[in-house]
Amino acid sequence: MDALIPLFVAIPLISAFLIMLLGKLVKGFHRYFAPLTLLALLVMAVYEFSGLGTSSIQYTMGGWAYEGGFPVGIFMVLDGFSALMLCIINLIGFIALFYSLSYIRKYTAEGNYYALFCLIIAGMNGVVLSGDLFNLFVFLEVSVISSYALVAFGVGKTELEASFKYQVLGGLASMLILLAIGLIYWKTKTLNIADVRNVLDSGYSKPFYIFIQVLLISGFGLKAAIIPFHAWLPDAHSSAPSPISAMLSGVLIKAVGIYVLIRLFFNMFVFSHEIAVVITVLGTVSMVIGALLALIQWDVKRLLAYSSISQIGLVVMAFGMGMILLAKGDNLPVASLAIAGGLYHLVNHAVFKGLLFLNAGALEHRLDTRDLKKMGGLAPVMPVTSSTSFMASMSISGIPPFNGFFSKLIIIIAAINGKFYLLATLAVVVSIVTLAYFLKFQRFAFFNKSPGKSLEKIKEVPFPMSFSMVFLAILCLALSLLAFPSINDAVLRPAINVLMQSDLYSTTILGL
Amino acid sequence: MEGMSTIVKKITQLMAGLIFLYGIYIILHGHLTPGGGFAGGAIIAGAFILLILAFGNSALNLKKEVAGSSNIESVAILMVTILAMMALLFGIKVFFFNFLPKGTPGELLSAGAIPLYNIFIGIEVAGAILTIFLALVIFKEESSK
Amino acid sequence: MTVYILCFVLFLVGLYGVITRRNLIKIAISMSIMEFSIFLLLVLIGYIDNGLAPIVDPGTTGQVYVDPLPQAMVLTAIVIGLATTAMLMAIAIRLYRKYKTFDIREIKNLRG
Repeated sequence: MDALIPLFVAIPLISAFLIMLLGKLVKGFHRYFAPLTLLALLVMAVYEFSGLGTSSIQYTMGGWAYEGGFPVGIFMVLDGFSALMLCIINLIGFIALFYSLSYIRKYTAEGNYYALFCLIIAGMNGVVLSGDLFNLFVFLEVSVISSYALVAFGVGKTELEASFKYQVLGGLASMLILLAIGLIYWKTKTLNIADVRNVLDSGYSKPFYIFIQVLLISGFGLKAAIIPFHAWLPDAHSSAPSPISAMLSGVLIKAVGIYVLIRLFFNMFVFSHEIAVVITVLGTVSMVIGALLALIQWDVKRLLAYSSISQIGLVVMAFGMGMILLAKGDNLPVASLAIAGGLYHLVNHAVFKGLLFLNAGALEHRLDTRDLKKMGGLAPVMPVTSSTSFMASMSISGIPPFNGFFSKLIIIIAAINGKFYLLATLAVVVSIVTLAYFLKFQRFAFFNKSPGKSLEKIKEVPFPMSFSMVFLAILCLALSLLAFPSINDAVLRPAINVLMQSDLYSTTILGL
Repeated sequence: MEGMSTIVKKITQLMAGLIFLYGIYIILHGHLTPGGGFAGGAIIAGAFILLILAFGNSALNLKKEVAGSSNIESVAILMVTILAMMALLFGIKVFFFNFLPKGTPGELLSAGAIPLYNIFIGIEVAGAILTIFLALVIFKEESSK
Repeated sequence: MTVYILCFVLFLVGLYGVITRRNLIKIAISMSIMEFSIFLLLVLIGYIDNGLAPIVDPGTTGQVYVDPLPQAMVLTAIVIGLATTAMLMAIAIRLYRKYKTFDIREIKNLRG
């Protein structure tokens, strides 16, 4: 019983509504309070993560734990995987919020922005901590509804249209998820993830659960924007204010899409070969098509959004390979390697995609355009933006010594060892395509000659923005240390253990 | 926004108070009968919405009201979270802990802190629905000008 | 069994509306229809023949009650549905103010 766990949800909730109340009375209240909240959450997350190790903590709401052996209470579970996700969420959240301090000044209603930002964080923290299906759904909706509002925050034509599209598809996804949760409850009479696993272990009818799994894949696939469910992502992520794009691309699609998908399919459902193949194929398809679509974009943020689809596809593919190997039951070290690569790339992608969107925001802040054709020659006038975005681009395209290289290498090695030669080839090809479109971004934004307009008026972005970018760029380099086995063991091993020993989750919670 | 005809105004005058009282009844008996904070709060918001629709109001006044209702909503939801964290202050490390005496089941004053939660959730829901309604009305008023 | 199929039919009616309607408000209404078909299904899942409303009366024992958990789920999901519908409506009104129309064929700055 660790009292800190519910505070991850309660603190951002309280601060969101305090900002709404006091922000009107005290001038500038939200500008100091919101970063402090996020900083406190980050410290708490790192503290929990460092103290956790391979153990897990369960927390029950209201002291209702077990009634006659059944878990009746609302469970919150903190294990290696969710602690890792908590760290990513609060880290990128803090950085994006710090960046917003100067970026968001051009909008009216700053208070609402900070309040919604805190709500999105509360929802995502709740999703990764929740131990039962229905609360997961509620927290998911909290974060997703606030993201609808934040996408439309600019209230221009494109923002509103993107938000409407996002809401219709997001609402469809929520309904599919709710339907699947209802069907699970119908068959198992429980909503606790661990208890569902326990019921499924004692036999189940396969066609029905395949149906539920397909519903969940469509629902969370829509949230995570896996092709063919990706239609909303390029619009929504490119129309939102840039710190929010960094949050959506860097964290939200991972926390409410990938995390839940992985958690449910590894720790709740019994592995089935067909579903594992479906997930791997979806991941591969979105990896390839996302990269090809990114190649033809001229809008910076749309390019980055399509690249998100491609990179998320790579992560899903890695986890899918792990699932196939685990479903077969042989070659477990390779499965562990694939999962490690997926997790590593998940962390890396949060960092460098967050950084790239912040760079795009800096360009938009100074130039008022997102069109690559109207940029050029910015390297001398915006040195911080230019150098950090160069680091991030190299990192995402997999150039050593940046972190992206090592995670992609691990995934490719796992694919070769697991005899997925086609997937390994595709991953290499996609990596080259990624390099191609990021070189295009670099060339047209920073190194090309400027198309006519004089560059003298353009200055480097103010301190909060450049600080956030430099911090994430340093993190890009620092995270490549995770490739060393000893550091890897300390940071990623708990999360890998949770996914590899898939029964452990239910047995520790139920105390069997 | 214009008001409606005299008949509607008169009926609304008679009914709004009753609807309001019924909402309070639903909230206070939330732990005994079906209903509770959400249902009662929606009914209370309904009474206000009925009054605004029947009598009409200028966009300027509505803006003042929307500020008030969103403040009330924020206060109520803060109270709910503070109630939830109350047990932490007493040293019991349980969120949503029911720290008040439970009483006998079936009586109005029973179930510990649950009626308090119901009251604050009722206020919060009433404030939220009213805020949404007023925001949409103000949108419409401003765009029709 | 018929009721479950009818729920599914209602869901499909909503889906048809979302796909074919051109009016923003009608799309929002179709979304609500889909939502409520799922709520109906959830309530039906918890239904037990001849079950009473799940209010425990101190005097009586041995009654059969319907399952209250899906009802609680539906209540929570209705609140979420309210928030989603309100957001959709707010965005639709804002769009109307920008474009002076609710027709999605005329609102297409973005593609893909």
